[in-house]
Amino acid sequence: MFRPGKMTSQVLRSLFKKPVTSLYPFVKTPMPKNFRGKLRFYQERCIGCKMCMRDCPSAAITIKPVGDKKFIAEIDLARCLYCAQCVDTCPKKALEATPDFELAQLEHGKLKVVFGDTSPVSTKTETK
Amino acid sequence: MPEREVKLTIGPQHPMLKEPESFLLTLRGEKITEMTVRLGYNHRGIEKACEQRTYIQDMYLVERVCGICSHSHSMCLAQTIEEIAGLQVPKRGLYIRTLVAELERIHSHLLWLGVAGHEIGFDTLLMYAWRDRELVMDILAIISGNRVNYGMNVIGGAKRDITPDQIPQILAAVDTLEERTKYYIHVGTEEITLRERLSGVGKLSKEDAIRLGAAGPTVRASGVDRDTRRDDPYGAYGELSFDVVTDNHCDVYGRTLVRLGELMQAYKLIRQILKNLPEGPIAIKAPRKIPAGQAIGRYEAPRGEDVHYVKANGTDKPERVKLRAPTLANVQAVAHMLKDGYLADTPIVIAAIDPCFSCTDRAIATTNLDNGRTDRMEWPALRTYGIDWYSKQGIDFAELNRKLRTMRESN
Repeated sequence: MFRPGKMTSQVLRSLFKKPVTSLYPFVKTPMPKNFRGKLRFYQERCIGCKMCMRDCPSAAITIKPVGDKKFIAEIDLARCLYCAQCVDTCPKKALEATPDFELAQLEHGKLKVVFGDTSPVSTKTETK
Repeated sequence: MPEREVKLTIGPQHPMLKEPESFLLTLRGEKITEMTVRLGYNHRGIEKACEQRTYIQDMYLVERVCGICSHSHSMCLAQTIEEIAGLQVPKRGLYIRTLVAELERIHSHLLWLGVAGHEIGFDTLLMYAWRDRELVMDILAIISGNRVNYGMNVIGGAKRDITPDQIPQILAAVDTLEERTKYYIHVGTEEITLRERLSGVGKLSKEDAIRLGAAGPTVRASGVDRDTRRDDPYGAYGELSFDVVTDNHCDVYGRTLVRLGELMQAYKLIRQILKNLPEGPIAIKAPRKIPAGQAIGRYEAPRGEDVHYVKANGTDKPERVKLRAPTLANVQAVAHMLKDGYLADTPIVIAAIDPCFSCTDRAIATTNLDNGRTDRMEWPALRTYGIDWYSKQGIDFAELNRKLRTMRESN
């Protein structure tokens, strides 16, 4: 297969093509539908059965009671491996995976996030 | 002047290697007379960790044994556990698992093709193959949500369903990839530089391949007709028709042709799967506690046969999990292939088995070269050995321990 100049057409075509790279922080590619990113917690649905804690492969999620039948979820985003097993396990669908993947922080402590209202008074609000 | 014997150590940290592993080459001139592999730089204690986690958690742990064949390991473990528990996976679940397995094979073989091109200084092939690999990665992301570590397996079936609108997307990507693969086969068979560079490099005869227990494309390129997908059908392979690609070149060139041929078979399989995708549920509910028993699971990963052993004791945690990745089967063949070869061929011969050293590193065993006895080091012995080794280097732990204690006490 010795054909000199065979690549010329490819080279010329590539010269006028748009770059395939995307300008990431300015242009964001949408994540696929099944993408598993940061979790969302629906506090009013949680019954505190702690099945998610039992199934989490990396012990990243902690459900804590704060009041009467009211629970908060503490998630260590650094430990979480985004498998969304807790979402599958939850019998009340209190957890949901969002397409949010931009989770980098400059301080390690900020990766520990608390979902839900921590006041013991029962307020039925949906929190992110 | 007679040529002197030179011992050359490659690795554990070396630009040639993608993962840490040590190779000791004995050279006479430019020729390699002997090669020994020293494994263990990637040991992560996964088998022990499996015993401390539940079956559900183990699925995710085992998926992370390897970055490329993550689906292979998790599907192999799921099959093994299902065999112990006597679970009958629904047909649709099996088809979806098989679909992802074949997509993963395409992704792995295209990755290998690029790496092989890079190792022989043919970087255009690397750019081309990896550009096409993006297509299959996107398809995997559409199906599973992630480009790697798909999480498609659950004990009892598949985790996510294939929606009707995904099927045309997959078929379109497969059509494009088939065109590209035909071009690579054309390049592989016609291009003189590629053929001349790879022919006769890393010779492994049929007898040696069987004797050394090689697996996957490495053994098939030596003319051995062996494929777990056909010999011991799992998933949906029993109902699909495909050919086992073999080659009689017995060298790196043959391994390239086998992998290219397997890509064509993978496209054929994907079309069949999508055409015959049965209706129904994708998974059945698996119990948390698996009844006592043991089983061995076999799976044809892109790199070769993957073997998992699980021993269950009736609780929700396994008593023993043993993983054997294909690289462990092939690594002895590499030592044989390199013998009497040139030093310059080392990168491509090692790369030709598509090595994954993090898959391979499992147990701690020391072999005494004088009497050939294998000793296992227990944790306290290993600890004393470590402390002694460091004190010989002049590092004293007594002072450090004291500092640590005062730090803990002040907190």
